[in-house]
Amino acid sequence: MLLNQFLLLAAVLFSVGVYGVIVRRNGVLVLMSVELILNAVNINLIAFSTFWGLGGQVFALFVIAVAAAEVGVGLAIVLLIYRNRRSVDIDQLDELKG
Amino acid sequence: MTSLLAAASSTSFDVPGNVAFAVLAVLMVVAAIRVVTTRNVVHAALWLVVVLGGNAVVYLILQAEFVALTQLLVYIGAIIVLFLFGIMLTRAPLGRSEDLDNNQRWIGAVVGVLLLLVIGYSVTQSWGSDRLDFAAYDLPQVSDVAGTAVEVGGSGNGRTQALANEIFGDYLIPFEVVSVLLTGALIGAIVLARRD
Repeated sequence: MLLNQFLLLAAVLFSVGVYGVIVRRNGVLVLMSVELILNAVNINLIAFSTFWGLGGQVFALFVIAVAAAEVGVGLAIVLLIYRNRRSVDIDQLDELKG
Repeated sequence: MTSLLAAASSTSFDVPGNVAFAVLAVLMVVAAIRVVTTRNVVHAALWLVVVLGGNAVVYLILQAEFVALTQLLVYIGAIIVLFLFGIMLTRAPLGRSEDLDNNQRWIGAVVGVLLLLVIGYSVTQSWGSDRLDFAAYDLPQVSDVAGTAVEVGGSGNGRTQALANEIFGDYLIPFEVVSVLLTGALIGAIVLARRD
């Protein structure tokens, strides 16, 4: 198998995730798109670990752990936004706009 | 691109593996597009399960069994459940809703396609014809009680053992830092979500 086919699959998933982050308004859906991006990066890391050495698998495990922490804190923030504003529409969070 | 085609038509091309990979890749891409386009929040979470499960299968194809099982446990076991909790607690509309996207769809599509073109061109230029050599794995040797080297490949867990040696050898301090980070994130999430 070619290394490139895995890298191209990861590139497609990454681009779809970026599209989701730009387009979605619901905070939970934005976090799901961030998960897509992180998983695309993990495919790259694992493919290169098969190509070069085991370090990539270690970093993929680190990415999984950091993603778990990110989802925990991110969902807590989204819950707090919902509690304060009765909505998770992140387009309405524009208080920093001058 | 020509190098890709040349590699694809050579005699050592692994046909069953590549057909399986193609089916899996199409499934994952379709599921990912459904995640970012569906009008139903719960359906987005369920399509995300397909993408994450497909990721685990890709890791299995790439001979990373331990990471694949970790992916299944952490993502499908924990993170999807967290997402469903988040959907439930924010009282998202459970049926179809038309206002999940903002009016930047064209900008998003252009950015996504441009990013795909740039990444696709650069990886094709850099890694166009590199093959993955799955047989090249060296199974680690361990010593038994008498001190003679024993091949542990027979039980099939040699690679997991090598991964453990990496984590608890070269990457021990980053590993400990990650555990501290997880503790901090846990406490932070509790503090943020607590009702006073």
